[in-house]
Amino acid sequence: MFKKILIANRGEIAARVIRTCKSLGIATVSIYSKVDKEAPHVKMADEAYEVGNPKVTDSYLKIDKILDIARLSKADAIHPGYGLLSENAEFARRCEEAGIVFIGPSADVIARMGSKIEARYSMEQAGVPVVPGISCALADAEEAAQAASRIGYPVMLKASAGGGGIGMLIVYNESEMKQAFEGNQKRASNFFGDGAMYLEKVVENPRHIEIQILADSHGNTVYLWERECSIQRRHQKVVEEAPSTFLDELMRSKMGEAAVRAAQSIGYRNAGTIEFLVDGNKNFYFLEMNTRLQVEHTITEEITGLDLVAEQLRIAAGHSLNFGQSDVTRDGHAIEVRIYAEDPKTFFPSPGVISKFAIPEGDGIRHELAVHDGSMVTPFYDPMIAKLIVKGKDRDEAIDRIQEALADYQVEGIKTNIPMLQEVIAHPAFRSGDTTTSFVAKYFNGEDMT
Amino acid sequence: MSKIVAVMAGNVYKILVKPGDQVEAGQNVAVLESMKMEITITVGSGGKVKEVIVSEGDFVDEGDPLIELE
Repeated sequence: MFKKILIANRGEIAARVIRTCKSLGIATVSIYSKVDKEAPHVKMADEAYEVGNPKVTDSYLKIDKILDIARLSKADAIHPGYGLLSENAEFARRCEEAGIVFIGPSADVIARMGSKIEARYSMEQAGVPVVPGISCALADAEEAAQAASRIGYPVMLKASAGGGGIGMLIVYNESEMKQAFEGNQKRASNFFGDGAMYLEKVVENPRHIEIQILADSHGNTVYLWERECSIQRRHQKVVEEAPSTFLDELMRSKMGEAAVRAAQSIGYRNAGTIEFLVDGNKNFYFLEMNTRLQVEHTITEEITGLDLVAEQLRIAAGHSLNFGQSDVTRDGHAIEVRIYAEDPKTFFPSPGVISKFAIPEGDGIRHELAVHDGSMVTPFYDPMIAKLIVKGKDRDEAIDRIQEALADYQVEGIKTNIPMLQEVIAHPAFRSGDTTTSFVAKYFNGEDMT
Repeated sequence: MSKIVAVMAGNVYKILVKPGDQVEAGQNVAVLESMKMEITITVGSGGKVKEVIVSEGDFVDEGDPLIELE
């Protein structure tokens, strides 16, 4: 096992990784930008080094500087968390060249899954269902229109390098295609430096259901059930739960087996997530693969009793999984909500100083925190300041618990989305399990809801 | 005379006008950036730019004046 791990991240996930390292007796190294000097992940680590100015491009994305710190501190592995450099193939390759273990899959696999066109093609080859569409880059708007009329409007025009909802556009008919194609291509070129586009048929009223997998470097792969993450705003997840209300045991095992097949077909190693769209007729389609730990990994931990970070470390250190599929258990129901520093109506960010931060404690309540009393929430990073996770013996108990916990959750000095979360959880459609990705747009009439 | 204010707290990413410019209703005059989100500021009614109160890179709070029109 590793002796010392550098965490190339910030916020709650850096703190989360450090906690597991401590429990395994592994020393930790944090990095921080100038504005993060007082952050929890800096205080918790055994060593911490400043990595640069506030902007991520001057700090948490500086590969050279991060590798220098890893060498200087004699870290033998780097945990990338999620976001930032976690799905950056060049970073994974540079770690390897420096003789430092990147806790994740190989650089090749990251690059392959990062290209949405290539990921789609790989999954088709592996027999994993994909949304009807095309698996190669479109030459121009004319070719896009031909493909769209073949598969039927409306279609989703997508950038191959896209992510986080950027570079995705619904096109309803042929007359819209030319403008949509050119606009989207330009945006994708600007954002990702890659204007390659493809398209898929729009799945009507889908649910977002994803499968957590673990794969070691000895060919063992297991699935750890599903998470339903349909409640989203601006293509960002807001509420997640496990298990999903929508799956029966047969479909659960079908999706789990498809996810295992997907991972094995590309020689995957690490914890990973296969995201699926599921339509009203229970057809499921590959959406994308996340080759890293996810924000919502916590709810899988709650229902399985596993520590996913510990599993990542063991896999990266070359150990075999010490359990098989039939050993994976499932108990109770877990819900996670993401606390964002943002206006609950407009969803505009709300940076500032947190003048009061008081959080509920009790049975079945778990917190993952990026802030504390007096923290400055800066405009430089993601607006997520904390995650609240609850577990109950069943879904009703979990919902009751999260309602109570949210009522007792006090953040003052900045605006948060807590009022919006309370409304979602209290909504009859949520209680009845009627959750699709259009939930927020359907029931909340604020601005910019898509 | 009217003041264009920030609709959210964040950094001033871009100023798109300078003093003396004539702007029309609906025109983009500034871009704010915060937490990976960009918000374009537009003017509600036309006029001549009297003063640009903030500079690119400044931090502003919600409601802070950005630009003054004559």
